[in-house]
Amino acid sequence: MFRMAVAEAGRLSVPRDRWYNNPLVRSIAIQVLLVALVLGTVYWFANNTVTNLHDRGIASGFGFLSQRAGFDMVTFLNVTAESTYGYMLLAGLVDTIIVSILSIIIATIMGMIVGIARLSSNWLIRTIATVYVELLRNIPPLLVILFFYLAVLATLPDVKNAIQVGPDISLSNRGLFVPAPVFGPNFHIVLIAFILSLIIAWAVRRWAHARRMATGQGFPSGWVSLGIIAVITGIVYVATGDPLTFDVPVKTRFNINGGWDLSPEFTSLFVALGVYTASFIAEIVRSGIMAVSHGQTEAARALGLRGNLVLRLVVMPQALRVIIPPLASEYLNITKNTSLALAVGFADLVAVGNNVLNPTGQSIEVVAIWMVFYLGLSIIISVAMNWFNARIALTER
Amino acid sequence: MQKLLVSIALAAATLGFGLAAANAGTLDDVKAKGFVQCGVNTGLPGFGNPDASGKYTGFDVDYCRAVSAAIFGDPDKVKYSPLDGTERFPALQSGEIDLLVRNTTWTMSRDTTLGFTFAGVNYYDGEGFMVRKSLGVKSVKELDGATICVQGGTDTVTGLADYFKKNNLKYTPLVIDKLADVNAAYDAGRCDALTTDRSGLAANRLQMKVPDDHVVLDEIISQEPLGPVVRNNDVQWFQVVKWVSNALLDAEYLGVDSKNVDDQKANSGDAAVQRLLGVGDNDFGKSIGLSKDWAYNVIKSVGNYGEIYDRNIGPNTPLGLQRGVNAQWNKGGVQYGIPIL
Repeated sequence: MFRMAVAEAGRLSVPRDRWYNNPLVRSIAIQVLLVALVLGTVYWFANNTVTNLHDRGIASGFGFLSQRAGFDMVTFLNVTAESTYGYMLLAGLVDTIIVSILSIIIATIMGMIVGIARLSSNWLIRTIATVYVELLRNIPPLLVILFFYLAVLATLPDVKNAIQVGPDISLSNRGLFVPAPVFGPNFHIVLIAFILSLIIAWAVRRWAHARRMATGQGFPSGWVSLGIIAVITGIVYVATGDPLTFDVPVKTRFNINGGWDLSPEFTSLFVALGVYTASFIAEIVRSGIMAVSHGQTEAARALGLRGNLVLRLVVMPQALRVIIPPLASEYLNITKNTSLALAVGFADLVAVGNNVLNPTGQSIEVVAIWMVFYLGLSIIISVAMNWFNARIALTER
Repeated sequence: MQKLLVSIALAAATLGFGLAAANAGTLDDVKAKGFVQCGVNTGLPGFGNPDASGKYTGFDVDYCRAVSAAIFGDPDKVKYSPLDGTERFPALQSGEIDLLVRNTTWTMSRDTTLGFTFAGVNYYDGEGFMVRKSLGVKSVKELDGATICVQGGTDTVTGLADYFKKNNLKYTPLVIDKLADVNAAYDAGRCDALTTDRSGLAANRLQMKVPDDHVVLDEIISQEPLGPVVRNNDVQWFQVVKWVSNALLDAEYLGVDSKNVDDQKANSGDAAVQRLLGVGDNDFGKSIGLSKDWAYNVIKSVGNYGEIYDRNIGPNTPLGLQRGVNAQWNKGGVQYGIPIL
């Protein structure tokens, strides 16, 4: 009705009901135009690149991924000179993921501790935490990594004078060597027993929680679950006849071979990144806690909760809602900063890519692979953090 | 790393935009802008290394200067781009540099699929090893089970893998991107051996805290012919660089050096010398778009091959590299200038 009235009024001057004035038509037209523009630009760049590459006689395409690499690197996946370039890059990706996960764990734990310590009522703890944050977050991460690496190399003795802990564990500038477990034929039974004991422990905790909700009686569920896990797994382990043996590292003329080793490159990288990013996470945690109204703490105290229970049950659950979104971007930063591995000779995605890039000369392709892999990792982290964020969000009723 | 990405971005951008400066005409471009943009090592003493004032000197650097002298009559019309192992190729592909003289090994794939062409061999090299004297190692074959430091993004990693596989030896590679970081890791005792081109080892040894604690093993495990590189889509520019290299070798063979070049130009009755120096009607410079006295200018200001060698890396320099295979063919080596005829 109203529209007709407007049209009626409009007819006196210029008719305004033209098709191009229709907002729906306009929005579709603009979007079609935009898509055409973007696609056109992409096509123009791609076409020019392909033409120019061809003109200059530079080979292109992803065919090189299935060729033999011909160089060796030390990665978590077992690669040799016989592996393909594609598999090498995959090994680099796996290394990047492992370093990222370890750094994220260290950064989160350190960050939580330092962040809470920043708000401590104890002057010394508070000051140490402040110094930690201000020192680390104002140094470029590359320098932190190099510092850890060179400090480790400079401090540790060479292989001949390695620090021995017992006969089989040694620490030198070649890394920390420990015996590697070798799983016997019956080991899966122990594993099943372990999982079973975890389930029982979980059931006990659930029961204890339900009982407390109902009756208010406490139960030392932590100790009891630990006991359950240790006893069940231990009995099955002994019963199956010691299914676990160890591959002991052996000192050779130059090196230590066998066992598991933690190389200085890998260690300095994940420790440095973890410790560095912890300084940012600490600030996020502090701001999260401060965002919780002081009335909440006072109310919790008034209910008779002790200091750490106030933090765990009242303050932290609310603070997390503030903490999680910026925490996600710190996790993304860690993942991207792992590319600094290049400086210390750890075979991450970028370091491996550099060695693939040299003999093949496929710089555009290798950079594209880097971008896709990092983008993929970042999206996975974002999705996971968004899911977690949605889970802990305030449920409104 | 950042520089690498910039180079690659530039490569992608020039390739994408089609702003190809490289569609022939590099010589005209160089003449128009008034200097040669030359890619050199970030710091390899004797070959390409900035001195305290930031001025580049070295064996490879003198090739840049020789090309500049041939074009402009002045060896100093060069701007240097220090490049590491992985940055060098995108920099040349993108046209960011006109010429790459950075102890780069001539291999088939680089000559073909990368879109380059090598203008000659200025140094016949091979991959060698350096170890601590205290290890008591005399041969590479004793290095079974050792950890070996190697620079990433080079063909040294491939040479290393090939040799150890062929001899059925095991090793643990520690691949680091920057040469300085490789040296630091080796010097800190992280590796038992350091491998790179033998010429580079002599230079790296000097950069150790105590050079005398280290020894370069005698064995050479690969062929590494090093030389100046250009893009393969500009024949004229390729000819300029190729014939400057040859003129340096020819001059040494004919006994023309920077001290006697004026005398030779005025008095020599040798027709080969007259052709080289553009005496009388001889004008070989014209065929490559240069002046008549292009080679005279090169020899006058930079010297011949032997002088460049002795000045930068020869027996009387800190590197102390004997001529060996890099002597002239008539002196027991394999350096052989193509005649100017």
